Amino acid sequence: MLGFAPVIRPTPFHPRTSALNETGLWSHWAGHLAANRYQESDKFEYFAVRTAAGIFDTSPLYKYRITGADAERFLAGMLARDVRACPPSHAQYTTWLDDRGFVLEDGVIQHRAPDEYLLTSAEPNYGYFADRIGRLKVAIEDVSSQIGTIAVQGPRSRDLLAQLVPSVVETPFFGLTRGQIGGVPVTVSRTGYTGDLGYEVWVEAGDALTAWDGLWEAADGLGVLPFGLAALYMLRIEAGLLLLAVDFDSSRYAFNDAHRSTPIELGWSWMFKGLADDQRAFIGRRALERELAEKTSRWRMSGLVVDWEDYDRVYGAAGLIPPKLHAPVHEDWMIYDDAGQRVGYATSFMYSPVLQRHIALGRVRPDLAKVGQRVHLEFTVDHHYEKVAAHVVRLPFFNPERKTA
Amino acid sequence: MSSEPYDAIVVGGGHNGLVNGAYLARGGLRTLILEQREVVGGAAITEELRPGFQFTTFSYALSLLRPQIIHELDLPKHGFMPLLMSSRFAPTVEGEYLWFTKHHDQNLREIERVCPHDADAYEQYSHDLDRVCQAIKPLVDMVPPDPLSDDPEELLALAGIGSRLRRLDRRTFHNAIRLLTGSAADFLDDYFESELLKGWLASSGIIGTKVGPRSQGSGLVLLYHSLGEHDGEFGSWAFHKGGNGGFTQVLARSASAFGAEIRLGSPVERVLTSGGRATGVALADGTELHANLVVSALDPRRTFLELVDPRELPDDLVETVRRLKFQGVSSKVNFALSGLPSYPPLADRSDVFRGFLNIGPSMDYLERAFDVAKYGWYSDAPYIDGAIQSTIDPDMAPPGQHVMSCFVQYTPYRLRESDWDTQREQLGDTVQSTLERYFPRFEDLVLQREVVTPLDIERTVGLSEGNIFAGELLAPQMFFLRPAPGWAQYRTPIAGYYQCGSGTHPGGCVMGAPGRLAAGQILKDNARA
Repeated sequence: MLGFAPVIRPTPFHPRTSALNETGLWSHWAGHLAANRYQESDKFEYFAVRTAAGIFDTSPLYKYRITGADAERFLAGMLARDVRACPPSHAQYTTWLDDRGFVLEDGVIQHRAPDEYLLTSAEPNYGYFADRIGRLKVAIEDVSSQIGTIAVQGPRSRDLLAQLVPSVVETPFFGLTRGQIGGVPVTVSRTGYTGDLGYEVWVEAGDALTAWDGLWEAADGLGVLPFGLAALYMLRIEAGLLLLAVDFDSSRYAFNDAHRSTPIELGWSWMFKGLADDQRAFIGRRALERELAEKTSRWRMSGLVVDWEDYDRVYGAAGLIPPKLHAPVHEDWMIYDDAGQRVGYATSFMYSPVLQRHIALGRVRPDLAKVGQRVHLEFTVDHHYEKVAAHVVRLPFFNPERKTA
Repeated sequence: MSSEPYDAIVVGGGHNGLVNGAYLARGGLRTLILEQREVVGGAAITEELRPGFQFTTFSYALSLLRPQIIHELDLPKHGFMPLLMSSRFAPTVEGEYLWFTKHHDQNLREIERVCPHDADAYEQYSHDLDRVCQAIKPLVDMVPPDPLSDDPEELLALAGIGSRLRRLDRRTFHNAIRLLTGSAADFLDDYFESELLKGWLASSGIIGTKVGPRSQGSGLVLLYHSLGEHDGEFGSWAFHKGGNGGFTQVLARSASAFGAEIRLGSPVERVLTSGGRATGVALADGTELHANLVVSALDPRRTFLELVDPRELPDDLVETVRRLKFQGVSSKVNFALSGLPSYPPLADRSDVFRGFLNIGPSMDYLERAFDVAKYGWYSDAPYIDGAIQSTIDPDMAPPGQHVMSCFVQYTPYRLRESDWDTQREQLGDTVQSTLERYFPRFEDLVLQREVVTPLDIERTVGLSEGNIFAGELLAPQMFFLRPAPGWAQYRTPIAGYYQCGSGTHPGGCVMGAPGRLAAGQILKDNARA
């Protein structure tokens, strides 16, 4: 018997993840049980991903299958990044906007077959997409609970998976491949949320445990650990990957523009490099073009690295041991310029073990989003505000060659 | 600038030589680092003694490394990666144990399970020790002032220490003095009842030093080993990716990136001097290399009595260096294992091995292990600080197999009527059978064993008498007395000849502070010259 209310769903891997979770701690993620960590140290799980590999149950994501002769045309108009540049057996990190050019959400679109796509999102989007099909030959199906997903992330992920699905060796960054694990069919995408070499294994829910067991058996002796949300949040900040409802909000449910962001403000202008040559009509295009032409962006999402000497000085002066807490803090942190003017705010903050620095994801005024630009981040020390120097760096913070090699 | 290709030559590519060379290059000096072996790192190396098995032959963990070095030398850019050890485990043969994780509240419960009195005592102890460390750390990062000098700068520095002391509360001040002058046992007895816990904590007070937990002086060693940190956690240890050899490779990459040249297989025979000035070095093969600055990263005995002619030095310095206590008492026994050992009361918990394993179940045990060393023999029930590093870094061993580092005490450098060439494998057997008592069938797991005695440390690395700190961490050899009164500021009586090894302030344990502080002095002097 499952010891929780019927409205809380177990993921297809729950019989395995619950046996591995020794802490008794679970989060509710999109209505599902998700492990915070599996054993006493989330940081140990984090290091397993950075030095060997980690396994993460990412099944709670919403998943939509979009099929039909007009699927590409439909998505090309719905998604802001040009999905026509994503050939079959490839995937794209993408976003969709409202007609004012504000971000509704981000997700990954997989081009599974010529007329078949799979879109993931953190929150429900079925209605939004379904209501905009019109007369196109497109079907959209919510397959969220039909597919289980295991992320396999870290430097050993390729060797681990290659034992089971040999074609992963040739799969490029954001490529897809197919194979079998324990006799059940799986799709493997070279994607993830850790900024490391990594893959995600997509399997029919009914086959999920077979796939998990095959993977777990192959991982034996490799130093592979299951990891939970706490380690994931550390990894994604180092990877410079944004989190909905933390680093940005969906424009759809915002009460005012202070809670809205454009993709340019979120640092995604790289998605629109081909915009000038691409005649595609998509939702938000005009607003996006106007923002680019008139340079009306209010912010630029940036990486911030805290000045260690200044940080130590501020805490030292208070007689405190400077805390270096790896657990991410998902709160607003005010950012100031040298003159003490507020110039932005950070939304995710942590001490990064691989960088040995405090880092933050934050948005600053576009004119200050230059590598090396000095700003000041506001902390509370001894129950009062203190400003500590930081500087802007290029994202991602941590970007090992193996990620794309 | 001279016409020679180098401004500075660093003798010795151990961690302090590398740190020093990197800082000198960063400061704009054309720097050459000379290493006798075919690998940099000195006593901080990792060697593949068996295919796929990476042994940390000597030094094996990281904590005291000064955080400034990490940032100033851009080490993360070059692969610096101190990995978390998520467990600490102290078993007894009787089946009682303490198992600490990274979860503070659970550690208190773990102590409570063994001894209810000691749970909050541990909180108090940890807090008191943190306060003392906070007070002492600034001394670690400063060039020791010379109390015998009448230079106003020196008097100012001394006054600075005094004014810092004045800001301490009485309790912290007294705790600091008690640790600096007393024994680890006296200090720990004031807090704790559990012999297991005391034995565990007291082990930090004996590492690398010929003292027992009840000897005056073990308090200082305990404090010294608590002065480090890992990711801001005071007293916490890490295991570097690829072992401490992985760490010194990072240092080498950093030094090279700053422009230092590293030459391997280049043992230095002597330092060349002319008219009381250093002019370069002569290698063992007769090659002479010239530079106005020569820095010895070797221990004080080699720096003052071997690399240069002692007759060029003041008598009192030569005499002090001759009297310095080295008397290494530590050995390493490293294993390649076919699998993880098993501790019967926790037979299915392999995660107890994700960190230090403390074989030292009481202070009596440690003291008895010390007793025999006083009379020139090694313990038959030795203190062991074990670490199965492949549980932290799986790249250290093939899948499913492991490497295990065992730091062993006491094994005195001088054996009574015998020597280590005769006793080496006996020591290996002693360690192995000791582990067998805790982990039945341990011997079945052993694929290979490496025994590194003080004699081997001396022969391979060059550390006199195998002392891992390049001179013991005893009060008469610390701070402004390290290595000798008047010569604790990294200079020597020979102009242009400097010292930067662990035999200088603050000392060893892969701290890097001597290399960094010496570089500061050298660059300052060079700017004045």
